[in-house]
Amino acid sequence: MASVKEYIRERFFPHIWCPGCGHGTVLKSLITAVDQLGLSKNDIVMVSGIGCSSRIAGYVDFHTLHTLHGRALAFATGVKLSKPQLRVMVPMGDGDALAIGGNHFIHAARRNIAMTAIVMNNRIYGMTGGQFSPLSGYGKAATTAPYGNIDHDFDVVQLAKAAGASFVARTTTYHAPQMVEILKQAFTHKGFAVVEILTQCPTYFGRKNKMGEAPDMLEWFKENTTPIGSQAKQKNPSLIERGVFVAEEKAEYCTEYEKVVERAMKGRE
Amino acid sequence: MAKLKLKAHHIDRDWCKGCGICVRFCPKHVLQLDDREKAYAAHPEKCIGCRLCEMRCPDLSITVETEEEGEKS
Ligand SMILES: Cc1ncc(C[n+]2csc(CCOP(=O)(O)OP(=O)(O)O)c2C)c(N)n1
Ligand code: SF4
Ligand code: SF4
Ligand code: SF4
Ligand SMILES: [Mg+2]
Repeated sequence: MASVKEYIRERFFPHIWCPGCGHGTVLKSLITAVDQLGLSKNDIVMVSGIGCSSRIAGYVDFHTLHTLHGRALAFATGVKLSKPQLRVMVPMGDGDALAIGGNHFIHAARRNIAMTAIVMNNRIYGMTGGQFSPLSGYGKAATTAPYGNIDHDFDVVQLAKAAGASFVARTTTYHAPQMVEILKQAFTHKGFAVVEILTQCPTYFGRKNKMGEAPDMLEWFKENTTPIGSQAKQKNPSLIERGVFVAEEKAEYCTEYEKVVERAMKGRE
Repeated sequence: MAKLKLKAHHIDRDWCKGCGICVRFCPKHVLQLDDREKAYAAHPEKCIGCRLCEMRCPDLSITVETEEEGEKS
């Protein structure tokens, strides 16, 4: 691998994330995937919203846009439609992608516009102080749920599948080698790709839920997840499955748009 | 393919935040935190060059340099 320093804006390091924050491992795996695929930095646009997770865009030496909370996919859609030859990556927090940005998320999936949506799911609003998110889960503690959260959570994989995403996968920060492989598949997929990454926020989700330090939270990912269709899952249905759930070919939005332009221009030039 | 062996661990002390992830999950218990909570290779001779520490480190502070077995540097 080329040095990781070729892909980052070194002047902003050490980064701002807390000790043990999983967002840094996502950054590392993403860079490794880009390096292994041999992608050119100049062909990549990273578009993010607002959140601890969204700060990842500031650290990579690609074309980057740091936009509005929940709206990264809307900005990314604009970029992709105007420059469809560029590869668009959209890292988002769980709140960013599925609370305020939930509508953008399902419609981008439905359109099947070619880009990679990475949901960095730490089950909390990290940046603003540990409020519960749509992914915290029933019974979990958060700054805004001191007596226990009564909201049920989304299953990001089921949601993305139902909304029409043509690539859907899940992994965790403990499973960094798998994360690299999944990101490589997602980056080369021709359509809307969703990668959910379970990541740790030791500062809020971990502390509020007495999950211990960052290594203990990784231990939790190891113990509570299993490859898709494993025997362990049959014995213990509460295990969370990891792997690629959907990878299908489906008409892609920018390609179809190009055809519409051609049809409309027929006989006019 | 020739077997890889460790040449050196490069750990950036300015970037390391002492989270302990590399220490906990090194399969050979090579790494430890020093008295300033920075990771260092306490038992480099046990390292198998798997790079899991490098892949998981959230602060991009570790680079594991390997060479092919028998190769001279
Ligand atoms: C329109 C708007 N509403 C609310 C906020 C405040 N805000 C900033 S980040 C954030 C949530 C962050 O949580 P998440 O998206 O899960 O990212 P994390 O910090 O956990 O990585 C909120 C509510 C904002 N910046 N803009
Ligand atoms: S608050 Fe949580 S999500 Fe934000 S940097 Fe700290 S550990 Fe990471
Ligand atoms: S994983 Fe990285 S930041 Fe954490 S202790 Fe090890 S070297 Fe330091
Ligand atoms: S490369 Fe593997 S064996 Fe060597 S220190 Fe890192 S985790 Fe341990
Ligand atoms: Mg979050």
